[in-house]
Amino acid sequence: MQQVLEILAQQGPVDPSEIATRLDRPVDEVEALIRQAQEEGILLGYRALINWEKADGEKIYAFISVEATPEHNRGFDKIADYVSHFDEVHSVYLMSGISDLTVVVEGSDFREIARFVAEKLAPIPGVRSTATSFVLKTYKMEGEIVAEEAGNHRLAVSP
Amino acid sequence: MQPRPFVSRTADSIPPSGIREFFDLVATQDDVISLGVGEPDFPTPWKICDAVVDALRRGVTSYTSNYGLLELREAIAEDIYKRYGVEYDPGREILITAGVSEGMDVGMRAILDPGDEVIVAEPCYVSYKPCVVFAGGVPVVVATSADNDFRLQAAQIQEALTPQTKALLIGYPNNPTGAVMSRPELAQLAEIAEQHDLLVISDEIYGHLTYEGQHTCFSSLPDMKPRTLLLNGFSKAYAMTGWRIGYACGPAPIIEAMMHIHSYTALCSSVLAQVGAIEALRNCEAEMTEMIAQYDHRRRLFVNGLNEIGLPCFEPRGAFYTFPSIQGTGLSSGKFSQALLLEEKVATVPGDAFGECGEGYIRCTYASSIDQLKEALSRMAQFLDKLDSGKLPVSYA
Ligand SMILES: Cc1ncc(COP(=O)(O)O)c(C=O)c1O
Repeated sequence: MQQVLEILAQQGPVDPSEIATRLDRPVDEVEALIRQAQEEGILLGYRALINWEKADGEKIYAFISVEATPEHNRGFDKIADYVSHFDEVHSVYLMSGISDLTVVVEGSDFREIARFVAEKLAPIPGVRSTATSFVLKTYKMEGEIVAEEAGNHRLAVSP
Repeated sequence: MQPRPFVSRTADSIPPSGIREFFDLVATQDDVISLGVGEPDFPTPWKICDAVVDALRRGVTSYTSNYGLLELREAIAEDIYKRYGVEYDPGREILITAGVSEGMDVGMRAILDPGDEVIVAEPCYVSYKPCVVFAGGVPVVVATSADNDFRLQAAQIQEALTPQTKALLIGYPNNPTGAVMSRPELAQLAEIAEQHDLLVISDEIYGHLTYEGQHTCFSSLPDMKPRTLLLNGFSKAYAMTGWRIGYACGPAPIIEAMMHIHSYTALCSSVLAQVGAIEALRNCEAEMTEMIAQYDHRRRLFVNGLNEIGLPCFEPRGAFYTFPSIQGTGLSSGKFSQALLLEEKVATVPGDAFGECGEGYIRCTYASSIDQLKEALSRMAQFLDKLDSGKLPVSYA
């Protein structure tokens, strides 16, 4: 399954028959593995990777370090789940280190994100402090280097 | 006074490689998908570049020993021992060269006297025969064929032997066919080398790019180390074609003779390329393995695709080339490649660029992205349809 997942992670949806050829496995086996990965919540879906800094309708992101009070028996699960349900929230991680949660928030401008933090995130019971860091420029995302392509310098025909 | 022709007869006697001619034609076309290249599409692993930039800043810019940096020779010796169990003495049995290209040239000059014959198995890399000729030797061609999956047969060598035969030159995994030879098959060649007291020059530049089974290093065969001149380099496995770095391993007297020539003609290989090569051997196994895994995916996809569109292709088990037959189309390799380029903008290399027996085949490199390969296959399918329905201009026939 690992190899199939790696292809999907790199390329997004790929026809099972192509994966089968590349890995030299029967198509049914590949189809079954993909189905299994979906059923077990391993393969969650496919998304396009977009560099919003280049697109017209700009989106900006902030990484927010949140200190929270853990609950008896449930730790940070409940508060993290609560935070996850806001549309503005792109991802939520439990962290080691100084803060407890890192919340990635998406918005169309700085003000919108600032308002979200002040009005929605900070007031949540159990949230003790927030520290907001805005993303100013993206260099690499999801394993892809965003910088200008190096370009292809190969000759068209060589020995 | 009109100057007389100064170019030597030797230089004049070698025609330009078929690849060069084709290159000029391709250069006139736009939007070409090129399956004509003989090099990786990956950039050199970043770690290697970083190590070299760092070395430059530290002022590593001098000549090295004629043999090459000892640290690199040691790393090469370790690598060969680890992979194949053959021990080379970094002090006397390894020479760093500007790629296999220079290793081949210097090697031939070190071993050949005028009239010495070298058996060369075709189809093969374009520089083999010219290197023999430039060194004053005589190449004796044996033709491998698709019937044997382009593997050299011991009987063919027997037929080509004469009292002048000094060496046998082989390159497996093979450019252009992708053929590999198994250990038992190579052992048969070794037996002939032993019986007839031959040196075997083994170009193993694609050794790491072996997809099924293990690559056999020729000098790892019993008693073959004293009869093997092993040539290898970093161009293909580490995606370092433009760096010009490789090495030769062999018996000390041959390596010393090669070093002697190399010391007068090249002095030493580029120190920066040598630094990069050390980094490659020490820290880039994972990067290399990942590139090989990618080539393997593309190989299966592309070979499958060729067979599906009706260009029969034996399964290449090494390098990054396919060598499909185009005999069913009735066109010559040259015409086929030319028409495919002009009609569908897909560049391939006519098989006869690699020896007469390559006629009837074309070389397609699969060191390109999966998307490019799929697009190329669909253009090729379209081209074959046009051919079948007689829609191609007659000038190609
Ligand atoms: C079989 C073979 N040998 C040698 C070379 C040249 O390699 P290098 O870059 O090490 O000179 C090539 C390059 O295409 C090749 O295909």
